[in-house]
Amino acid sequence: MDFINMTVERTNVQLCKADFESDQMVKWCPGCGGHAILSAVERVFPKLGYRKENFCIVSGIGCSSRFPYYVNTYGIHGIHGRAAAISTGVKIANPRLSVWMATGDGDSLAIGGNHFIHVIRRNVDINILLFNNQIYGLTKGQYSPTTPMGKVTKTSPMGTIEHPFNIGELVMGAQGTFFARVPDNNINQMTEAMFEAAKHDGTSVIEIMENCVIFADKAHIAVLGKDVKDNAMLVVKNGAPMVFGKNMDKGIILEGTQLKVVEIGKDGITIDDILVHDAYNQDPGIQLMLAKLAPPNFPMVFGIIRSTMYPTYDDLVEEQIKYAKETSKIRNVDDLLNSGDTWEI
Amino acid sequence: MATKQRPVIEREEVVVKFVGDSGDGMQLTGSIFSDVAALVGNDLATFPDFPAEIRAPANTVAGVSGFQVHMGSSKIFTTGDQVDVLVAMNPASLKANLKWAKIGATILTDSDAYDDKSIEKAGYKIDPLTDNSLGSFNLVKAPITTLTKESLKELGFDTKSAERSKNMFALGMLYYIFNRDLDSSFKYFEQKFKKNPDVVKINKIVLQAGYNYADTVEALESVIHVSAAHMEKGRYRNITGNVAVAWGLLAAAEKSGRPLFLGSYPITPATEILMELSKHKSLGAKVFQAEDEIAGICSAIGASFTGALACTTTSGPGLSLKSEAIGLAVITELPLVIVNVQRGGPSTGLPTKSEQSDLYQALFGRNGECPVIVIAASSSENCFTYAYMAAKLSMEHMTPTILLTDGYLGFGSALFRIPKMADMPFIYPPLAEPNDPDFKPYRRNAETLVRKWAIPGTEGLRHRVGGLEKENITGIVSTDPLNHQVMTDLRAQKVEKVADFIPEQEIDGKPEGDLLVVSWGGTYGAVHSAVSQLQKEGKSISHAHFHYIMPLPKNTGTVLKGFKKIVVCELNSGQFVNYLRMKFPMPNISQFNKVQGLPFMINELSAKFNQLLEEK
Repeated sequence: MDFINMTVERTNVQLCKADFESDQMVKWCPGCGGHAILSAVERVFPKLGYRKENFCIVSGIGCSSRFPYYVNTYGIHGIHGRAAAISTGVKIANPRLSVWMATGDGDSLAIGGNHFIHVIRRNVDINILLFNNQIYGLTKGQYSPTTPMGKVTKTSPMGTIEHPFNIGELVMGAQGTFFARVPDNNINQMTEAMFEAAKHDGTSVIEIMENCVIFADKAHIAVLGKDVKDNAMLVVKNGAPMVFGKNMDKGIILEGTQLKVVEIGKDGITIDDILVHDAYNQDPGIQLMLAKLAPPNFPMVFGIIRSTMYPTYDDLVEEQIKYAKETSKIRNVDDLLNSGDTWEI
Repeated sequence: MATKQRPVIEREEVVVKFVGDSGDGMQLTGSIFSDVAALVGNDLATFPDFPAEIRAPANTVAGVSGFQVHMGSSKIFTTGDQVDVLVAMNPASLKANLKWAKIGATILTDSDAYDDKSIEKAGYKIDPLTDNSLGSFNLVKAPITTLTKESLKELGFDTKSAERSKNMFALGMLYYIFNRDLDSSFKYFEQKFKKNPDVVKINKIVLQAGYNYADTVEALESVIHVSAAHMEKGRYRNITGNVAVAWGLLAAAEKSGRPLFLGSYPITPATEILMELSKHKSLGAKVFQAEDEIAGICSAIGASFTGALACTTTSGPGLSLKSEAIGLAVITELPLVIVNVQRGGPSTGLPTKSEQSDLYQALFGRNGECPVIVIAASSSENCFTYAYMAAKLSMEHMTPTILLTDGYLGFGSALFRIPKMADMPFIYPPLAEPNDPDFKPYRRNAETLVRKWAIPGTEGLRHRVGGLEKENITGIVSTDPLNHQVMTDLRAQKVEKVADFIPEQEIDGKPEGDLLVVSWGGTYGAVHSAVSQLQKEGKSISHAHFHYIMPLPKNTGTVLKGFKKIVVCELNSGQFVNYLRMKFPMPNISQFNKVQGLPFMINELSAKFNQLLEEK
C-alpha cells in the first residue's frame, strides 16, 4: 500500500495565537468549558506549521457548534448533526486543507450518529473535537446520548431510562484509528491531544469532557473533581506504564482477560508488572477496555488511547484518480463524448 | 445477405417491444436492435420497462421485463405509445404487454414457453396461442427454445447456454423481418464478449440460426422498411438521460475549471448518474457514495465551499431528505446542483415509474423563504444541455439549482448529436481574488446580486458561512429584523434576476390563436406530437414547452396572453398550472393531468385538445 499522504500546505511564517483570534464576541456562558477549548485550539494552530488560510473549521448545531465563528479561519457552521458529512466533502474536495470539526454529544451521537460512525469507518483525515457535556445546552437542558442512566433532566424528570454511549467504544467499534479523551480544565492535555490529532492521518476523535455550568454543572465531578481526580484519572502515555494515584503508586495490570487495579509495592507487585500503554497497536482490544474504564472501581482513562496507521479515504481517492489519469484513454470531455459507438450522419 | 425477394412495406415509424422474464436478456436484445437501427440512420428513442424487483418469480407477470424501441425516418419525440412488433418470450410477458399492441401488430413468441404451468402462472386459463384470442394480430409462433438448443447441439454447448441465448434467436428472426444486416451485431459480440470467445460463438450461431429459420419458414410475407431519417449532419451516439446528466456535469466542470464533486446515495431511478460519474476518475471527478441522502448533499455543500462544482443526485424521497440542507446552501449562497430524477410518489410510491409530481417540492419544499433556481430537461439527450445549464447558472449566480428530469428521461435513450466542448457556452464562476481588500462574504455584484466565491486556501479571504442569518455585506451573524428582511429580499431577487440570463420562452406555432398547450419537462415528446398533428390539420393551436421554471422566462406573460384558451398538461395533479395561475392570474387557464406512473399518450392529448378547441 502506497501512502500518498496529501499533506496540508505549509508555511515558514511563524504564526501566533493572534493570527487565529476572531473579532466576534464569544457568546458562551461564563464558566463554560468552551472557552478553554477555544484557547487550546488557538494555541495549537500556530504550532502546526500550516498556512493560516488552509484551516477549515466545520460544525453542526449546538453550543459547541458556534466554534467556527470564534476562530479566524475558513469555516462552515452547518446544520444539526451533519458536520461530519460536510467535513468529508471539504476534505475530499481539497485534501490540502486541515479540517477541524467542532461538535457535541447531541450533534454527533444523536441526530448525527450515522455520519459520525461513517466518517470514522472511512478514516477521512479530519480532526473531531467532541464537546461532551452530557446534556443539550442550547435547547436548555434535555438529556443526551451520553447522559448517565438515571439522571434527572428537563425531559427525564424521573431519571433517564437510556443506556449512554461510551464515545471511545463507539469510535473503536466504527474502526476508528485515533481516540483521545481530555478534560476541559487541563489546557496542556488538550493541546497535546490536538497536536497529535493533527499529526495523525485519518479521523481523529478527541472527546473533551466539558462542563456545562448551567444545565449539567459538575457532571464530570466524580472524575475531574479536585479531591477525587488523583484516584479517578489515569493519564496514559504511549510506552509508559499505566500508573496513577497521588503518589503514582497505583497501576493497571491485565489479569486473565480483564484489567485490574493494583497497588505497586503490595502483594509483590512492582512497576514492571504494570501494563505499558501501546496506543499504536492495531488491535484495539486493550485500548477498548481502557476507554470503558470508569469509577467507582477503576479510574477513567485520559490521553491518547488509540492512534494507529491506516490509509485515509482522501488519500485513496487521490490515488485512484492519479491511476485513472495515468491509464485512461479518456483525458477530456471531448474524448468522453466521442468514446464507444458513434457514427457520422 | 441474399434472401428471397419479398414485398417491402415502407413505414415512417415503427415501435418494437421486447418482453420476457427478468433474466431473459430483453434489455440487451433491445439495445442491440436499436444500435443497428441507429447505424442504418433511423432516428430513435428507447425505453426499458422493468419491474422494481430484481428477479421476481419466473414466468409471472410480476417478473416481466421489457425494452421498447421507437424508430423512424423522421424525428422521433417519444418512446412510442403503441407497439407494431411485440417480441414476447413467454406467456406472462404476452399477457402483460398485449394491451400495448396495435390491432394488426406482429407478435413473435416462443411457442416452447407455453407449457401448462407457465400458462397458468401467467394467469391464462387456456393457451392464448390456440384459443384464437390473438386473431386480430399477426401471430408468429416459433419453437425458439428447441431450435436454439438444436443449433448449439453439434458444437457441444449445454442446455444452459441455449437457455441464455434464445433471445438472440428471436433477434435473428427480427433481423429477417426488418431485413437488417447481421455483421454489425457480430462485431458487437466480438467487442462485448472479448474475454469469452465461447459466448461470441454462441451468440453468432444463434442469431444466424434465428435469421435462417425466419427465412425458411417465411415468417413474415413482407419486409418492414424504415428509411434513414433526415437528421442534422454531425457525429451521433445513443445516450440515456441519466448518462447525459452525468456527462453534462462533467462538461460544465471542464468548461468552468471547477473540479467536479458528486455526493450521492443510490436511489431508483437516479442511481445511474452516480454509477456513470464513478467511472470518470480520469477526468478528475470525485464521486462520494455517502451513507445517506443527507450526507450526500452535505458533503456536496462542503465541497462547494472549497470551490468544487458540487452536485447531488436523487429522486423524490431523497429530495425530501435533502430539504434542510438545500436551505443551508441557499443561506450560505453556495452553488450546488441537485438533480431529481422524478418517480411516482408519495413516499416510496412507484420507484420505477415516472411522474412530474415533485415540482412543488422543488419550488417550495423547504422551511423559510428559500428560493432556488429550478429547471427541467425535456428529452433524454437534452439532459446533457440542462445539466450543463444547471451547473452554469448555479455557479454564476451562487445559488443552488434543482434540475428536474424523470424516470422516463433517465432510463430512456435517444440519439444525441455530439457537441464540441469548444462550442459550449462559457461559464464564469465569480471567484474572489486573493487579498481582495474589498472582499466581504456578502458583498454583491450590483447587477446580479451575486456574492463572490472565496475559496479556502486563498490568501486574505478567511471567512465563515453558516445556517444562521448573516448581516448583509459583512457576513456577521445577525438577528436584526430589518437585516433579515433585506437578506430575504436579496435572496429572492437574486433568483429572479436569473431571468435576464436565460432564453425567452419559445412558442411552437403561431403566437396567438385559439389554444395554447403548455407543458414542461419529460412530456415534451408526446405533447409536441399531439400538437403538431392538430397543426397539420389546420387547427389554431400552439405549444409552449417550459425548461426554465424558477425563474420563468421574462416573456411568459406575453406568451400566455396571445390565446383564447390555455391548457397546461402535466403528469401530476396540476402543480405547474397552479404555479402559473399564481404568477399570472388568468381565468382561461385550464389543466389536463394524469397520475398513473405512465406517460401521456398522444391520442388522449389530441382528444383533449380537440375537445377544448370545439367547446365555445
